[in-house]
Amino acid sequence: MDKEKFDYYIKTEKNNWEVVIGLEVHAQVISASKLFSGSSTKFGAKPNTQVSLVDSAFPGMLPVVNQYCIEQAIKTGLGLNAKINLLSIFDRKNYFYADLPAGYQISQYKNPIVGEGEVTLDMPYGSKKVRIERLHLEQDAGKSIHDMSPDNTFVDLNRSGVALMEIVSKPDLRSPSEVNTYVKKLRTIMRYLGTCDGNMQEGSLRADVNVSVRKKGEKKFGTRCEIKNVNSIKFMEMAIDTEAKRQVELLESGKNIEQETRLFDTKKNETRSMRSKEEAHDYRYFPDPDLLPLEIEHSYIEKLKKNLPELPDQKKKRFIKKFKLTPYEANVLVSEADTSKYFEEVIKDADIKLAKNWIIVELFAVLNKKNLDIKDSPVSPKNLSSLINAISSGEISGKIAKKVFEMMVESGDEPSKIIKEKGLKQQSDPKELEKIVLKVLESNSDKVSQYKSGKEKLYGFFIGEIMKASSGKANPKLVNDILKEKLKNDQKS
Amino acid sequence: MSDLNKSTLLEIINLIKLKKISSLEITNHFIKNIEKSKNLNCFITTCFEKTIKSAKDFDAKKDFSGLLSGVPLAVKDLFCTKNTKTTAGSKILSNFIPTYESTVTDNLWSEGAILLGKLNCDEFAMGSSNETSFFGNTINPVGKNLVPGGSSGGSASALAANLTPATIGTDTGGSIRQPASFTGTVGLKPTYGLCSRWGIVAFASSLDQAGPMTKNVEDCALLLEAMSGYDEKDSTSINKKKENYSKNLNPKINGLKIGIPKEYRVENMPKEIDGLWKKGIDILKNSGAKIIDISLPHTKYALPTYYIVAPAEASSNLARYDGIKFGYRSIKGKNLIEMYENTRGEGFGDEVKRRVLIGTYVLSSGYYDAYYLKAQKVRRLIKNDFDKCFKGVDAILTPSTPSSAFKIGEKSNDPISMYLNDIFTVPVNLAGIPAISIPAGHDSKGYPLGLQLISKALDEQKILNLAFAMEKSIDFKQSFNRWWE
Amino acid sequence: MSIEKNQVKKVAKLSRISLDENKVESLSKDLNSIINFVEQLNKLDTKDTKPLSSVIDKTLEPRNDKVNDGKIKDEILKNSPDKNEDFFIVPKVIE
Repeated sequence: MDKEKFDYYIKTEKNNWEVVIGLEVHAQVISASKLFSGSSTKFGAKPNTQVSLVDSAFPGMLPVVNQYCIEQAIKTGLGLNAKINLLSIFDRKNYFYADLPAGYQISQYKNPIVGEGEVTLDMPYGSKKVRIERLHLEQDAGKSIHDMSPDNTFVDLNRSGVALMEIVSKPDLRSPSEVNTYVKKLRTIMRYLGTCDGNMQEGSLRADVNVSVRKKGEKKFGTRCEIKNVNSIKFMEMAIDTEAKRQVELLESGKNIEQETRLFDTKKNETRSMRSKEEAHDYRYFPDPDLLPLEIEHSYIEKLKKNLPELPDQKKKRFIKKFKLTPYEANVLVSEADTSKYFEEVIKDADIKLAKNWIIVELFAVLNKKNLDIKDSPVSPKNLSSLINAISSGEISGKIAKKVFEMMVESGDEPSKIIKEKGLKQQSDPKELEKIVLKVLESNSDKVSQYKSGKEKLYGFFIGEIMKASSGKANPKLVNDILKEKLKNDQKS
Repeated sequence: MSDLNKSTLLEIINLIKLKKISSLEITNHFIKNIEKSKNLNCFITTCFEKTIKSAKDFDAKKDFSGLLSGVPLAVKDLFCTKNTKTTAGSKILSNFIPTYESTVTDNLWSEGAILLGKLNCDEFAMGSSNETSFFGNTINPVGKNLVPGGSSGGSASALAANLTPATIGTDTGGSIRQPASFTGTVGLKPTYGLCSRWGIVAFASSLDQAGPMTKNVEDCALLLEAMSGYDEKDSTSINKKKENYSKNLNPKINGLKIGIPKEYRVENMPKEIDGLWKKGIDILKNSGAKIIDISLPHTKYALPTYYIVAPAEASSNLARYDGIKFGYRSIKGKNLIEMYENTRGEGFGDEVKRRVLIGTYVLSSGYYDAYYLKAQKVRRLIKNDFDKCFKGVDAILTPSTPSSAFKIGEKSNDPISMYLNDIFTVPVNLAGIPAISIPAGHDSKGYPLGLQLISKALDEQKILNLAFAMEKSIDFKQSFNRWWE
Repeated sequence: MSIEKNQVKKVAKLSRISLDENKVESLSKDLNSIINFVEQLNKLDTKDTKPLSSVIDKTLEPRNDKVNDGKIKDEILKNSPDKNEDFFIVPKVIE
């Protein structure tokens, strides 16, 4: 496809401005307990009920790292085609905040657990590679609640110490839609791996977005601003667009961009400086003396690699090759692990071509309307497969199938039961059909004459009448054959 | 029962075991001593009711299976004790009552010991004289106006004055060995990782280590055995089998090679200390040990390295004292930041502030490489020095301190001269190796002086044996007329 | 290198410690003498030396992913200078 058509520039009278974006995605690791303590990570618990003495930084408390979180980070790294570092170090990032009980966050600074990797995006103009700079493990902070009292802030430490993976991209993204695709792709990969549920409403996936602009064709990057803690893809797109425009406006009026941290106000659709809070931030990273260097055995990585599930890119390739899907169809079907699983269930014994169309068109429409995940679909893969087989075998027509499908959605019943109970089985007995055809022709003899004198458009009318007379159940192919035959015979006689 | 004031820990354990004395009787004896000794200001907190109840419970159960059955012990107020106030000598923790017990003290109670009280110390263990405590300085029973050393000064004084039969301290740069030396007692800093740090108020995590303080070497071996051990809650704890230090204590040191590092012969060292050192060498020689001159070339860089590493870690470790979850909170300040600043400004004493500021400075952007990273590198050089020497010697003998106990107020206005007190003890912490200080004699003023034995990591048995042998020959005597009572 | 008075104030700010104005002078003096003292290290060539952050000759031993802690809200809040039934309470955070 023509790439030009999709280029994203901030266009002004003077210039075309290119937008350069890098993302720091914070993904909550799926684990039962926290990164350095045995408290639960479950979402939605009562305040401060999932807090240990370690999470609240009582004197003398010490962190002990969670094996599973390390495994999850390595798996994610492998999913990003990244280098796993055999030695990594946990550092302290020092700053004071009400919901940071120790006065430092344990993170990884100079020696992250995962190094450089790569993610491939499928854009309308072809595939695009986004380089990953690193992935590191760190603790989440607690929650400060500012709106419960005019004079005070309330602190809930349930999240304090939950494991996060920070995935840092290189500044390779060039438009809000690329960011959209990138974040979704990361989410898909992590969901396939079972390392992050990607639930943005619950804050399991958030991002700091680095934005800068430069004139089209320019090589040097502009000064960037970091938009902190954006928690939906839509807001990321809006924030980028707004921030890029702000920067262009400043530059075109001869001003400079100041490198700073900004906050996106979703209600006003504007970004604003967080400088007041930032004042003199100096994180004073140093290796956490309570923890030792983390060493990972090469054989352990190999073992994890071997047990990795099929990832979206591989699955897509397989679907295209094995099932003859178009890249678009394959993309849609692999975008969620559950969708691809559903698809493969259905085609176990049903026609592939019908299956993909029914899933992509009919099923997705229903799920969208009902706001359901495919794993909660009212139509089970087995039932959809039966429905498709009923079409293939001629038991019902495609048109009736849609009716049956609607009823399946409402009741969750098997198609055979619905077809039987509602008597929707296709009328395929030639003798019976002949009777119906003849009856329709007899009662419309005037139209038959007109047809014969050349008004061939009326053919459709006869079909319609016949279908009506059979309550839609007549086998259209047979009806067609018989009707043609009858009209021809009449002509001759 | 005046005899009890001369009794060692082991003797008291045996008296209890042989039922010559009950746990309650011995507990009451120490409580009486403590009550008569308030002038020394050794205790920050006592909990006699609880102590007496525990002693009675012990006497009722008569379970003598533990190493420390029925013995009351006071501990440094840096160990968190469940339901008993733990202050770390600081205003900022002056009202803190832990809901948990440190692993090390828990180990003591599991061996049958009973908590007698919490001992004074320098604020957050930052000090060498016990003068930085928010609860006032502790007096050394050796002399009315003398400091007991620090930071485990309350522990050392209480032990020397017989307010506890033995005690435990923590040693980040000499905080067990220097006060032991100043009070004529035995103090051992174990290998880093031998005793769990879980539940001990942290000063400098990569250096802090708890250890025993006792009247003699046998007691020291026993108490080390009781308090040490692997703890999965401390990632820096060493996973190894527990040693039988007291059973394996053996004064035969024939053939052991002892290194004498020339760098410890510092300028302006009092003659008496040099003489004492020579006396120690002779004793070892006479016991059949071989004396070897060695060099630890980076010794003089140990203190500057320490005064970067320790404050850096402390500045971060002490960030949790923010007036939110526990401890003191200033009532001044309209918003969160002002609350932080006032809480910490009012809650920390001057020395703690100095160290937090230095620590913040050496870690801050633009200075990290020049100070912190540099210190980490020199720390390796210092450790390498020891590693190299221990290829040729079994242990190293040095003086414990460059002077005997000094007067209260004598050094409190000059941080550097105060820091210099730890010149012989600090290298050991930087290298993570064990060292013991034993009383070896007195100076001309009659103040006690100590000698230090150092070994490679996890070789505690060897320095205990050497100390045991030396102790027999030195025959150190110390008696007070209990002038403070 | 020496630390200026305003640098002392900056570091105090970063450390969240309020300083009495009349103590800044003597504190600067103390900090400078400490910094001068530790600068002895500059005499050493450490070009080829790797930094040492842990003296222990082992690596991290992770724990299993088990929930065996938490559910101690009262214990967590017990020592707090200002709290209610569920939360720690702090003076308003000014953004």
